[in-house]
Amino acid sequence: MAGFEDFFRRLNDQHGINFSFFYDSFDRGRLILGVWTTVELCCLCLVLSLMIGVVGAWLQGSPFMLLRRVVQGYIQFFRNTPPLVQLTFFYFAVGGLLPRIPDATGQPVPLVSSFEWAVLSFSFFAGAFNIEIFRAGIEAVPRTTIEAAESLGYSRLKAYIYIVLPLAFRISLPALNNNLVNLVKTTTLAYAIGVPELLYASAQIWSEMFNVWEMMNVLLVTYVALVGVLVWGMARCERALRIPGYDT
Amino acid sequence: MTQSDLPVLIARTAVLRADGGGEERSFDCRGILLPRNLALLGAALAFSAIVAEAQGQGLATRPGILATLWLWTPVVFGGFLFNLLTSVLSMALGTVAGLLLGLALISLVRPVSRSAWYVTQFFRNAPWLVLLFYCMLLLPFEVSLFGQAVPLPAWLKASVGLALPVMANVAEIVRGGVQSIPDTQWQAADSLAFTRPQTIRMIILPQCLKRMTPPWMNLYAILTMATTLISIVGVQEGMTLTRAALVADGRVELFVPMYLMLLMFFFLYCYPIARWTIALERRFNVKA
Repeated sequence: MAGFEDFFRRLNDQHGINFSFFYDSFDRGRLILGVWTTVELCCLCLVLSLMIGVVGAWLQGSPFMLLRRVVQGYIQFFRNTPPLVQLTFFYFAVGGLLPRIPDATGQPVPLVSSFEWAVLSFSFFAGAFNIEIFRAGIEAVPRTTIEAAESLGYSRLKAYIYIVLPLAFRISLPALNNNLVNLVKTTTLAYAIGVPELLYASAQIWSEMFNVWEMMNVLLVTYVALVGVLVWGMARCERALRIPGYDT
Repeated sequence: MTQSDLPVLIARTAVLRADGGGEERSFDCRGILLPRNLALLGAALAFSAIVAEAQGQGLATRPGILATLWLWTPVVFGGFLFNLLTSVLSMALGTVAGLLLGLALISLVRPVSRSAWYVTQFFRNAPWLVLLFYCMLLLPFEVSLFGQAVPLPAWLKASVGLALPVMANVAEIVRGGVQSIPDTQWQAADSLAFTRPQTIRMIILPQCLKRMTPPWMNLYAILTMATTLISIVGVQEGMTLTRAALVADGRVELFVPMYLMLLMFFFLYCYPIARWTIALERRFNVKA
């Protein structure tokens, strides 16, 4: 380990290539915290947005016109406005209206923290796309399958959960894949409201160490790796879920 | 088609039939008409303004919220126009570069197509904001051209930064479009002794153009929304000006209506594009 650290220290001294987080434990801590925050943000948003997608797609098939309109309005609003402005709107405008509550030490803190706003905002954003994706998947489920469920006496909810959704989910996977990759990339926007995620941590390091070039490349590689892990996981998922003989 | 007599499911079938099903309609948003939608947004804006008005009633000496909002509208709209300008510039840059990259993707020379593939995947999978930072911080602020120092303003660097992911996405669109053309077209061109560049230029690309337009427009809408990112790297645009206006006015109750106004500008611009894309998709019968 010491040799490892020395190598990067030498690299900095002799060649001016400064990967400070390899030898400086403070920078390393910041960067690891940043990576961890980004991963946490991604996972939470992933789960929440999928939930929004599943519930929203179900609501879109609702017999109540008003409900469908509301869901449709939500989708169109979040799909056609910039995610950064949405985030700013939530954090500064809506967050500013919420009351502050005292924390354990008696300091007043915002009701919803910047990290929580980021999770909420990105989930709403990705969720709007997920609803559309699931809807397309649901519409691709053959009518005969739904009729078969009907004839077996499934209720609308039961048929949705046990018959339609499992099939629709498999059909939606490629489009879902795209959207979730986009979600991971969108989490960088949390930088704008000061969530200490990967980009924020890197910006802190490069503004103190003046190693912009090195940190930039580390950032790019890390994000490409994160997306790579997600794509790999989704491919595994797709293969595991494939029904032999059921080609979509 | 047999109708179920189970009452619980009749509603569902009716909904399905009303929606028409069908793949190319999957992103349809019928039932939500443009004017009604606008009315809804306008109502939200007016409501927030009225709420804000009610909140700020203690300060009788200051102008009303609506009047203040109106006062700042030209500033915010001017910033928004700059967003549009950036989006057009980036799209132009990205499309030209993307077309070339897309042609490299379908090249028969293995190293060329392989390296083009890596470039495409890299720029498609890196976050826009990181690429933007990359260009802003690593491009010099001026370049010397024929001994002349040519300044590179921040907005130009930002446009280049946004054009990079656009390039990769356009390249994918080009590749997808070319692949969607039946092989028989290539064979027919071959039999008429067209060379490969001729086939691509005179036979394949003109046919792809129609199919490539909807995803290209979609990409443009995404880019337009992404132009707000340049506020983070310090270029003045709609968001920066909105925030500056809020700071200048210094009234908390103005926050919600002001940001809603900016959101509405984007919505009014992007929503028609989305509708138009869907209409084109249906007309060209491109499968989603």
